[in-house]
Amino acid sequence: MSEGVIDHDLAAGVSPVSPVPQPDGSGQPTYTLTHKTSPAGGTEGDLLEVAMGPQHPSTHGVFRMDVALDGERVVKLKPVFGYLHRNHEKIAEGTTYLGSMPYTDRLDYFCSLTNNWAYALAVEKLAGLQPPERAEYIRVITAELTRLQNHTCLIGFLLQDMGASGTPLMYAFREREKILDLFESLTGSRMMCNYMRFGGCRCDLPPGWLEQAKQVVGNYPRFLDEFDRFLSENEILLARTQGVGVLSRGLAVDAGITGPMQRASGVNYDIRKVDKYGIYDRFQFRVPLGEHGDTYDRYMIRLLEMRESLNILQTALRDIPTGPIMDAKAKIRGFRPKPGEAYGRIEAPKGELGFYLISDGGPNPYRYRVRPPSLINLTVLEDMCLGHIVADVVVILGSVDIVLGEADR
Amino acid sequence: MTRLEQIKSRIEAALPGARLEIIRNDSPSAQHSLLVDNEHALAVARFLRGDPQLRFDYCSNATGIDWPDAVLKEKVKVKKVVDGAEKEVEETVEKKRQGFLEAVYHLYSMELKQGPLVIRMRTGNRADQAHLPSLTPIWRGVEFQEREIYDLYGIAFDGHPDLRRILMWDGFQDYPMRKDYVEPDDYEYEPTPHDEVLEKTQKHYAQETKS
Repeated sequence: MSEGVIDHDLAAGVSPVSPVPQPDGSGQPTYTLTHKTSPAGGTEGDLLEVAMGPQHPSTHGVFRMDVALDGERVVKLKPVFGYLHRNHEKIAEGTTYLGSMPYTDRLDYFCSLTNNWAYALAVEKLAGLQPPERAEYIRVITAELTRLQNHTCLIGFLLQDMGASGTPLMYAFREREKILDLFESLTGSRMMCNYMRFGGCRCDLPPGWLEQAKQVVGNYPRFLDEFDRFLSENEILLARTQGVGVLSRGLAVDAGITGPMQRASGVNYDIRKVDKYGIYDRFQFRVPLGEHGDTYDRYMIRLLEMRESLNILQTALRDIPTGPIMDAKAKIRGFRPKPGEAYGRIEAPKGELGFYLISDGGPNPYRYRVRPPSLINLTVLEDMCLGHIVADVVVILGSVDIVLGEADR
Repeated sequence: MTRLEQIKSRIEAALPGARLEIIRNDSPSAQHSLLVDNEHALAVARFLRGDPQLRFDYCSNATGIDWPDAVLKEKVKVKKVVDGAEKEVEETVEKKRQGFLEAVYHLYSMELKQGPLVIRMRTGNRADQAHLPSLTPIWRGVEFQEREIYDLYGIAFDGHPDLRRILMWDGFQDYPMRKDYVEPDDYEYEPTPHDEVLEKTQKHYAQETKS
């Protein structure tokens, strides 16, 4: 990559995505933050202010929403963050580049391997490292397995939020456990994997791992069919999700929403296709797009994305070559990149996960910044919830897919 | 680099008076950036978003950087008379740099699938002039991120619709991501919103140390 600004070739069939603002400022999306009027047309009684969270089970962590209610309708919603804030970025400035790698696991604790990859990618850009082919394949395999288990769990949690107590979640966790077993035998840890290194991966695949992975991947479509059959046409699920929390295409682009949530609104933007980081240009997969941008589309997108992930996995598990897993130029000890900066981003299961690093030539980064998809996807939470009842807020929040370890850092 | 120069001249043609400067990035990533002056930043941002050839409709990442006062050492070749003969000698020259805060935005185009374009803005100093124009009216996605910069670095964004602390609590005084921030030895003593509780503990500790 010699140019600072990358010109991506245009993916076929991509249409303009957002309203066209004119250079003179007209056509600019207008935006007001507070919505005082009730959608029902004026308020008769007092507004009831409810603090949902921070210890509410539906908030998926310690997160609070200050909601103003007119009867049961939401007229105002302010997300409040910071309960899990530990200033991850400041801590990373005080340690070496490699020292932050285990800490990235704790950002989005569901998807530690994609966090590792995003950080490794940013450092590789900064230091000019190129992982060998086998390492790239391992990265793709682990990242797609991570996407599988994240989306599986998300659907389980979403159903739990809707009141389907336990059963879908337990089905999801049963399947997730099989993938976590693979992670454990590869990295030594189920969730805090700490597996990738700058210029490659920490250790090679253990014997028999590929066969085990092929078996898990081969059995997965059966589980997805089962989920699909039980849930996708379920009357209660349809009633609770269709037309709930609609996010328009224009707003999704304007607010920088990424990941499945944005594609559910019909925006064709998948960083795996756009940046082609790693070796994603070698795989055939489609990017599912939603039409309505409601909660049901966000549920369906995840189901469809899992099927595409399975295609990628099958190709990757078949084609993985033998060879080294670390770039020969990579230095583990005394790693000091030249002064400069780099921004690396990947398509994490929750959206665009980016790392922005500035080096001053020392062993520690001068600036270390995480671009958290969970935080930025919540920008439009208020817009999606207005006019819906409180019980829908829980479902809408569940369909956004947040992890507070990442949002609060 | 050539692409960035093209973008720069395109902006200059459309917005005469905008002072732009290319900041080189010599690392292998070669992500050079564009320094935009604060008066024209909003107009430049609007142009970048609206121009049909650029269409940077998506601001991915916005973040702050702290550059405290520093003495920069530069090596300069000076001609000097040494032992009667004129020679070129390398000398280190010390330059003082006034500290400043910086906001960096990474822009992409979802429509044209291009990017990143890195734009930066700098404040005059780290104290009373720590103001920058907010780009939230152009890209709503930076709303929370600008709040975070305000929270952790203390850059006030003029024109931001809802500039409050986001990660630290409301009563917190300092800006923890600045390089000169000193962590308190004991968090119990840090002024928290619980003023009465704090007063009580301070009284308690004072009595304890007396006895």
